[in-house]
Amino acid sequence: MSALAVAAREVRGALNQPLAFLLVGAFAALTAAYVFGLHPFFVEGRATLRPFFEFAPFVSTLLAPALAMRSLAEEQRTGQLDLLRSWPLSTAALVVGKFVGALGLAALALAATLPIPLTVAALGPLDWGPVLGGYVGLLALIGAYLALGVLASALTSSQVVAYVVGFGLCFGFYLVGRAHPLLPAPLGGWVAAIGFEARFTSAARGVLDTRDLTVFVGVAVAAIGLAIEAVDARRWR
Amino acid sequence: MSDAVALRVAGLERAFGSVRALRGVDLQVARGEVLGFLGPNGAGKTTVLRVLAGLLLPTAGQVEILGEPLNPDDARQRARVGYLPEAAPAHPDLDVLEFLHFAGGVAGLGRRARRAAVERVIERCALGDVRRRALRALSKGYRQRVGLAQALLRDPPVLLLDEPTSGLDPNQVLGLRTLVRELGGTHTIVFSSHHLSEVHAVADRVAILHAGRVVADGRPDALARARVRVEIEGADATRLARALEGLPGVRDVRPARAPAARAAVEVHADAADDPRPAVAARVQAEGWRLFALETIRDDLDTVFRAVTGAPPS
Repeated sequence: MSALAVAAREVRGALNQPLAFLLVGAFAALTAAYVFGLHPFFVEGRATLRPFFEFAPFVSTLLAPALAMRSLAEEQRTGQLDLLRSWPLSTAALVVGKFVGALGLAALALAATLPIPLTVAALGPLDWGPVLGGYVGLLALIGAYLALGVLASALTSSQVVAYVVGFGLCFGFYLVGRAHPLLPAPLGGWVAAIGFEARFTSAARGVLDTRDLTVFVGVAVAAIGLAIEAVDARRWR
Repeated sequence: MSDAVALRVAGLERAFGSVRALRGVDLQVARGEVLGFLGPNGAGKTTVLRVLAGLLLPTAGQVEILGEPLNPDDARQRARVGYLPEAAPAHPDLDVLEFLHFAGGVAGLGRRARRAAVERVIERCALGDVRRRALRALSKGYRQRVGLAQALLRDPPVLLLDEPTSGLDPNQVLGLRTLVRELGGTHTIVFSSHHLSEVHAVADRVAILHAGRVVADGRPDALARARVRVEIEGADATRLARALEGLPGVRDVRPARAPAARAAVEVHADAADDPRPAVAARVQAEGWRLFALETIRDDLDTVFRAVTGAPPS
């Protein structure tokens, strides 16, 4: 209940500012520009959303830290975190509430991209099953990114620093899989296993693999856990 | 622990890196008592309040709240403590009503209970005129009252108010004093302040914190110590002082300035004792002529300056 109150407040607070609309609009515009402009969509002549799901994970590394950067950093900067922590609200509920609020905004951003599959469906026969699977996988991926963004936001009182650190973490997880040939076994294998880019390959085809989802959820849970620890550590500062 | 004690702090220490902000604070606050927490900047007042509010963990020492050891993870314990931090609420996009409903929602109050609680605190903190005004558009004084309102929302038995009159105009200060007095008795209140007159007017008890320690603790009248000036003819100040030392209730006798051919001393007594009858009797017994026997009462300001080492005003 308390976490939901925090989440609802987070969404309302974000929607009261133009930045949220700017981010949601930019996400939809960038992905649409890629699908219908940069990608040879009309040359290929196939009604598929694969270009969208290939590009969206990268754009999400830019979007998610921006949606999460304000969550805890701004509360620290304005001194409101003390007020929140003095209420009968566990740190876990506070951090999870912030995360769920950011996830709600991300869901809005994904909803804003729905004109893309609708347009594709209007141009040719679109198989909606893989589209649905791809969207669920993308939401799970963005969830992991958001958790990393919330973690970055818990570590600083500056939104800018939170964004830079959050983007670094998200982009690092996105690309880390590519480094596996350079690393000795078994480290290379582990790194390949957590690389989001490779993990999202199945989802981009519309296939939901529980192993991929487990990695996304696992990273999200670990990041949220670390964010809770970071907020609790303020009691010792 | 006695049920009569709401807050107990024993040997509380807190360090920030190499800086020891609290160096063994001992404090007890009875249920329903209003404790004024005085001290110069950096004395550790806010640190003590932040520990009691569960925002900081002590480096050493024990803290008990309503008979239970401090546990910042215990939401039930935190629901029983209302805290007004130094930084007043500043959520820029919320108005007063939205902010208080948010606070009530986070505290787990259901819709009906929340509505009733919000209306109660709006009335109590005189926020009716600004209930729809955005927090960012409020004056510091009003934001302070919103902060007080959120602290009162769950009607907690313990209230911790960090500089509650900061930024208030004189009328608002008066209103807040009245409110604290009304809440006292049914609520245990600890409030920090720089204003000695305010503490004197509102608090049942005063604790003065200096350099991380409680250096004075007692009822305002008891802390406001009394001295008796004695002026005689017939002996020098040394002899006079020796004669008065050891009288019942006398703690200390110090020489004082006197006109030529007379001697004078200041007799410092325990708060509960008036040494004048005993002093008069001894002077008479010695056969000296008594010219003055007057009580000089130190105000809280003088006491504060004395115990914190500040120069006299």
